[in-house]
Amino acid sequence: MKRWYAGTALLLAMAVTAAACGAGGRPEGEDAGSTVGITDTTIKIGAHFPLTGVAAPGYSEIPSGHQAYYDYVNANGGVNGRKIEFVVKDDAYNPTNTSQVTNELVLNDEIFAMVSGLGTPTHSAVVDYLNDAKVPDLFVSSGSLQWGDWPKEKPFTFGWQPDYEIEGKIVGDWVKKNMPDAKVGLFLQDDDFGRDGEKGARRYLDDQIVAVAKYTPGNTDVAPQMAQLQAAGVDLVLGFNVPSYTALSQLVSLRIGFKPKWFYSNVGSDPALVGSLLARFSEGAVTDGASMLNGVMTTEYLKGVDAPDDPWMKLWQKVWDEHGADGDLTNYRVYGMSQAYTFVQALQAAGPNPTREGIVEAIEKQGGSFEGPGVAPFRFTGDSHLGMSGMSVVEIQGGVGEDLTPVLVTDLGDAPIKEDDSAAGDEPPSNGIPNVKPAE
Amino acid sequence: MVRRHLLLALGALVVVVLVLENTSQFRNAQFGAMAYYAIAAGGLTVLTGLNGQLSLGHGALMAVGAYTTALMLQSREDSLPLPVILALAIVVTLVVGALVGVAAARLHGPYLAGATLALAVAVPGIPLFFGEWLGGEQGLNVRLPEIPVWLADAAYFVTGQELTQIRFLAYLGWLAAIVVFVLLANLSRSRIGRNWQAVRDDEVAAELAGINLGRARVQAFVVSAGCAGLAGGLLALSARLAAPSGFTLTLSLLLLSAVVLGGLGSLVGALVGAALLTFLPQVVTGAGTDLGLTDVQAAQLAPLIYGLVTVLVVLLAPAGLAGGLRKLINWRRSS
Repeated sequence: MKRWYAGTALLLAMAVTAAACGAGGRPEGEDAGSTVGITDTTIKIGAHFPLTGVAAPGYSEIPSGHQAYYDYVNANGGVNGRKIEFVVKDDAYNPTNTSQVTNELVLNDEIFAMVSGLGTPTHSAVVDYLNDAKVPDLFVSSGSLQWGDWPKEKPFTFGWQPDYEIEGKIVGDWVKKNMPDAKVGLFLQDDDFGRDGEKGARRYLDDQIVAVAKYTPGNTDVAPQMAQLQAAGVDLVLGFNVPSYTALSQLVSLRIGFKPKWFYSNVGSDPALVGSLLARFSEGAVTDGASMLNGVMTTEYLKGVDAPDDPWMKLWQKVWDEHGADGDLTNYRVYGMSQAYTFVQALQAAGPNPTREGIVEAIEKQGGSFEGPGVAPFRFTGDSHLGMSGMSVVEIQGGVGEDLTPVLVTDLGDAPIKEDDSAAGDEPPSNGIPNVKPAE
Repeated sequence: MVRRHLLLALGALVVVVLVLENTSQFRNAQFGAMAYYAIAAGGLTVLTGLNGQLSLGHGALMAVGAYTTALMLQSREDSLPLPVILALAIVVTLVVGALVGVAAARLHGPYLAGATLALAVAVPGIPLFFGEWLGGEQGLNVRLPEIPVWLADAAYFVTGQELTQIRFLAYLGWLAAIVVFVLLANLSRSRIGRNWQAVRDDEVAAELAGINLGRARVQAFVVSAGCAGLAGGLLALSARLAAPSGFTLTLSLLLLSAVVLGGLGSLVGALVGAALLTFLPQVVTGAGTDLGLTDVQAAQLAPLIYGLVTVLVVLLAPAGLAGGLRKLINWRRSS
């Protein structure tokens, strides 16, 4: 009994002491722009990527592209004397992990900004948190509309690649004009990706679409979907799907004797990755996977490794040779370097003393005029944080994309589709580092 | 006994306050995660260790709690208070747990594992099927309500720090964990807990002693499910999301491994296991990066080390870390 009293007394004493260390009231203070993550010589940024797990093939190469380009910039003096540190965390494409590693990036690593966090389901888990914490959330690696179509609600978030709705519109318009008699079937991933793509395509193709088949990521049996499209008499499949489902749909349709024309969205069409996946999924039965994609149509907004003579590709090759990790330059690394290039532009636009609020403002003011590797300009303004405004339609032959159209540019809703090659001619600066003047 | 548990709880509360106030926001978030893992592991260790039922479906039960919570937090303004929402999450999961428990009570060993395994595989498919309502693959975003002003002010008055959303959730998690652990500890030392152990040790003897086997098993399963539901609700709050990919079979297996690592049937063991689940991956990945590994290699290191630790614990301390420690203390005392 006595020991019990003694214990309670001790605890109470501890509690009172702890409470006495408190403050009593709040001090007054005012808010200047936040400079978390910035010192005179460094600026720390971070991102979440799937480095392990099902989504890792391909996507895990993107951060190595970022790193190579930042190393290149740092070796040339950095941005305004600051070296860029890029911290990558693995979320294994699991939104619960994304939330944990984002906590770690923001609170423990104290990053200035999230740059190019990857994935629609994963990033949507943290987008509210980043905006509440006022952490710039730049150039998300996903084409979902939610990063940019409502900047009042998510003022710190910016998209980067063309969103899935305008991709759907451009694809739909092209099919309407060039294959007006095709019976179109949609093969969709069952999330924003498929939904936004379908919305865009239906704007032009509503009366040509005869069947819609959806798949859930993770379920690797797509035979029912392919059989459904075949039974509906489809002769052109539009796929808004990820690369592994391009490979699966090709293999299954081969098996059931389904031979339509194929049109895959940009996301699912990387010939090198799909080729290697085909070889793996078919357990060696398909040896030359890339050639299976001959005649497949897709869209393109960045020049890739199939165009080694493009001036941007020459720059990326040089950067990769000088600062890259092991392995060859791939389209995913090019994607990462291109995002890194845009980030360096944004950082320059934010001026010599960047703040979190300042960089957002600078992108809204100047982002629309950033010249970069993308074939179409960004749509960044105070009213839209959506990324690139267009792409071109290409046909894959021998692993190389051949242009079927000039660059087509549009926006959400009923904005018209226009030909606009103005941004496609942008050349990289001779030293490979952008030179954006600070916003006024 | 009850008094001792309450005193321990009070001590735990003081420790929690001191730890949370003196660690960084990021550690707060990790402690928050540890709290919900501890609650789930505590429920599981009572079910498996005390009553001898093996469940591979606790991840799915957590999903039930998480989705219940997420459904009630769809708008920031007019939502119920968080404790009420969590209580509802527990109730819904209790109901699901009772249904599963009735089926489970008829099954033994591998058959029970199989049935709960089916639960773990099937439940993540439900939000995909009802995509319109439950958000499909992308899941449901949770809109956390603002911290009540009086609470924020009171916390600032006492501690001198702003009560951030993350610290608030960590407190909520640990308050819940302390309450759950006191209840579980009392329960397992009560008549009901002794009944559960009797059923585990010898069914025939237990039945001869007048214990209703089925009822004891369902009781244990329901209690354990309630813990999983609460843990799921807290997880949804701190992840700000309930999505199917967060509740795969992996989660159920991780919980089980945490229970085994910590020490089957021991609540302290559940705490130790939860700590390992939370801190080991991050610490190992950090160490890997510091050693100069690439990000990909460092990310792959965490599961490897976790596996090695499991192998070592099973080999060297078959009663788990908590059990091994107790043995060591007893041995030191006797020698």
